[in-house]
Amino acid sequence: MIRAKVYVTLKKGVLDPQGETVRGALETLGFAGVKDVRVGKFMVVTLNGVSREEASKRVEQMCKKLLANPVIEDYRFELEEG
Amino acid sequence: MRFGIIVFPGSNCELDCQWVVERVLGQQADLIWHKEKDLKDYDCLILPGGFAHGDYLRTGAIARFSPVMKAVERHAEDGGLILGICNGFQVLCEAGLLPGALLRNTSLAFICRHVHVRVENTATPFTTACRPGQVLRVPINHNEGRYYVDPETLRQLNEKGQVILRYATTGGEITDGANPNGSLDNIAGVCNEGRNVLGLMPHPERAAEALLGSTSGLLLFESIVRSGRTASPMSR
Repeated sequence: MIRAKVYVTLKKGVLDPQGETVRGALETLGFAGVKDVRVGKFMVVTLNGVSREEASKRVEQMCKKLLANPVIEDYRFELEEG
Repeated sequence: MRFGIIVFPGSNCELDCQWVVERVLGQQADLIWHKEKDLKDYDCLILPGGFAHGDYLRTGAIARFSPVMKAVERHAEDGGLILGICNGFQVLCEAGLLPGALLRNTSLAFICRHVHVRVENTATPFTTACRPGQVLRVPINHNEGRYYVDPETLRQLNEKGQVILRYATTGGEITDGANPNGSLDNIAGVCNEGRNVLGLMPHPERAAEALLGSTSGLLLFESIVRSGRTASPMSR
């Protein structure tokens, strides 16, 4: 079994009002020095019966086709076995 | 003219659209479930507002792969008319039938109110009934309406006259104050290069009868009927 941990984030330069709001709340709570907060998505995709190499290929395609929108988002993923 | 209104699980403006097309315009409008694969009989398709597939992952991201979308793409390629309203606009962007994407409003709020939009191009099948620069009063009703596109594509959109509507003041001025959601360049609606696919965040179907406080949304529907554009023989 292979678990892919997929991280999807807004591209640099795309305004993230949600992240900005969280940053403001942290400041209100007294956390000093928080320069920026970006809110993204974290997905865990579990694959069965595929090699690590095949899993990497498939997750790459999943990200390109569905999990991320290339107009506004970047993605990266890590694979974990077992 | 024969209109087809695509209904996804979670769509919720399909009956408003059907009402306007049938009762106000006197044209035929069928509701089409998203599993349908054949759309050959329709002249104009409408992708209505709502929350298709719960808007899970991203607005329109799952709907874009609904079975009906292959036929919607063919309709677009054949030059058939497609109107995407609100969530329908988001679906068309995800499907790549329109450039750009719709992001969360900068105002941190779901916005539901009437706004003013200026008609930027009347040479499209959707806007011939409008005067150049005419200001329409139409409601918006969304959480993710902030239009975004990369700078190079934006330049092309402006150059090719693909920006159809911009948020404006009642007098037609394009100002930051008139921009409800932080959209790039106040963009409220764009069309494709072929000008047969239009997406817009405002709801023209909710501004098509005096009883609802504005009739300026009707101009878009009247333009479509006036265009008389029927599905190309190739698609039949």
